[in-house]
Amino acid sequence: MTWRDTLRSALDAVRSHRLRSVLTMLGITIGIVAVTLSVGIGQGARAEVNDQIAELGTNVLVVSPGSDTDDSGVRGGSGSASTLTLGDAEALADPVAAPDVDSVAPTASTNGVLTAGEATWTTSLVGTTPSWLDVRSRAMVSGSFIDDDDLADAAAVVVLGSDTATELFGSTTAATGESVSYDGRTLKVVGVLAEVSSSEDTTNNDLAIVPSTTYSQRLVGGDTRDAVSAIYVKATSEETVSAAYQESDSLVANLHGISGDEEADYSIATQESILAAATSVDDTLTVMLAGIAVISLLVGGIGVMNIMLVSVTERIREIGLRKALGATPSLVRRQFLLEASLLGLAGGALGVGIGLVLSGGMQAVLGTRVVVSPLAVSVSLLTGVVVAVAFGVHPATRAARLTPIDALRSQ
Amino acid sequence: MTALGNLSMATPPDPAAESTVAPPVIELVGVTKRYSNGEMSVEALAGVDLRVGEGEFVAVTGPSGSGKSTLMHIVGCLDLPTEGTVMLSGDDVSHLDEKHLAEVRNRRIGFVFQQFNLLAYLSAWRNVELPLLYAGAEPVERRELALAALRGVGLDDRAEHRPGELSGGQQQRVAIARALVGEPALILADEPTGNLDSSSTAEVLSLLRSLHERGRTIVLITHEADVAEQAERVIRIEDGRIVADDPTESAGPRDDGTGS
Ligand SMILES: Nc1ncnc2c1ncn2[C@@H]1O[C@H](COP(=O)(O)OP(=O)(O)O)[C@@H](O)[C@H]1O
Ligand SMILES: [Mg+2]
Repeated sequence: MTWRDTLRSALDAVRSHRLRSVLTMLGITIGIVAVTLSVGIGQGARAEVNDQIAELGTNVLVVSPGSDTDDSGVRGGSGSASTLTLGDAEALADPVAAPDVDSVAPTASTNGVLTAGEATWTTSLVGTTPSWLDVRSRAMVSGSFIDDDDLADAAAVVVLGSDTATELFGSTTAATGESVSYDGRTLKVVGVLAEVSSSEDTTNNDLAIVPSTTYSQRLVGGDTRDAVSAIYVKATSEETVSAAYQESDSLVANLHGISGDEEADYSIATQESILAAATSVDDTLTVMLAGIAVISLLVGGIGVMNIMLVSVTERIREIGLRKALGATPSLVRRQFLLEASLLGLAGGALGVGIGLVLSGGMQAVLGTRVVVSPLAVSVSLLTGVVVAVAFGVHPATRAARLTPIDALRSQ
Repeated sequence: MTALGNLSMATPPDPAAESTVAPPVIELVGVTKRYSNGEMSVEALAGVDLRVGEGEFVAVTGPSGSGKSTLMHIVGCLDLPTEGTVMLSGDDVSHLDEKHLAEVRNRRIGFVFQQFNLLAYLSAWRNVELPLLYAGAEPVERRELALAALRGVGLDDRAEHRPGELSGGQQQRVAIARALVGEPALILADEPTGNLDSSSTAEVLSLLRSLHERGRTIVLITHEADVAEQAERVIRIEDGRIVADDPTESAGPRDDGTGS
């Protein structure tokens, strides 16, 4: 008996007991829905993190004040002087001392209220250098970014994020050439940043950028005028990111007079380290969902076993007859295992279908990003088959072991 | 198909001399079958010796519970004897494992049961092809042979019908076609008319007679005397023992019929 013949026999048997087949599939289906969703949500979260990292800019390192081991991670708040300064940023931009660093953008920021006519809007006021645009891989939608002259002159100019421009002027294009005031000082809007579309993080599109000189000398000032809240360092290429990391680390350590295993008063984050931190969070979520999937598949598998045992008992005469006509135990086992895998495949396909519908619904209603990849679909289908077959082994073995007369005699 | 390839049975020139020329189709020597569940032990067969030659049409009769079905199960390799030897066409099958027993059943024996035992979800011809499926025949060949077997029992026009759409007599004829399709050396029928009305009974019995006339070896189990009369030889079992083994009246006329 060939595999094709066995498959046909199994198909005939599955089709001829429709209700029972559907009931058997149901448990698997529920489990596969959970698998599809958990993989989908996990991949969605990962895609989210990847987008965030892409928004940071490519081949970028972030030097922040405060040590790695500082669990708050927030420094330079009220009163406390930031340990990073514009001087650190200048040193990092030196092409001799840090040859693998392409460009550097120090940023200082504070929350501030901007006014344009009647409209007021609270946003994040950022002081930085012209290289910020390139380092962060951003683009302009209108006007131009702050330039070296603005920086040298501490010019009263500002570049707005797209959301900020819309809030203050009604559209991204209307803002350029207008002026806004901050803390009694008037700033001319020279340009508006293009929107970062996929971002969940609103601060990417809601900010006001001024030259760092303007920021420290004219707007914020105080005794922390040289302090910055982060220095974005862009490496010359993907290959030189780790070299740029080494150079930045030793340069800043030198400037801060830190040697050996003394604890540093700054930390350097790479895209990888951000990714690792983010994925450790959504790994927890994925593990939780996977737990649900495992439990429901277990229940589904036990359902398969239960109903297949009933099936074996119900079809005991059929099994006896097939044996009387020459079916060997291994052929009987093979047919029942094939029946189980057909049920697993059908249940899995149904589960993937429902999972796709539900993930669409979650995206629309809850705004949760769910990515159902072809890989996730194949993994789900395979899981359905594997579970059904694993739990079909016991019933199939029982069928295979029936002696033909016991099977034929039963009525 | 090599279903009969290893049996090497020469057709005996004279049916009366069959035992000396070729091994008998069935040879039982001291066959005992005990069923024991717990302390109860039932001796369903108590030392049965039996030879059935090629082309014979034998009826096995006896009261209910006398061991007729047990005898058929052991001859049909559906069960193994507790003691004794079972030879089919000279091959000892008393100690085979389930895999080889399945092969012997498939190649050498055609079963007809009281309950018909057709699969309700398969059409008539798909039921008939089942033994060929397990013999490993090709799909095209299976369908041709199954349809030919149905033609042989006069049901070729019902090939696509499910068992539920057929009368009891027709279902049993489908079952007989299934028993014949693999060209087995032996047809074993256990109360094949037990579930049939008198006209279907007559149909099935005449079918068995015509098979016999074409040279098939048939063992027909029945508790009805008039059904047993259709055979050439009647073996009577009581309490697991053969108590009588006689030719019937129809044995004579049948020989005249083939001789003319
Ligand atoms: N599986 C079994 N377990 C125990 N006893 C059995 C079994 N099969 C048959 N018997 C007993 O063996 C005897 C012969 O049974 P059986 O061959 O079916 O008789 P018949 O077919 O002549 O009516 C009966 O007493 C029956 O109860
Ligand atoms: Mg009986």
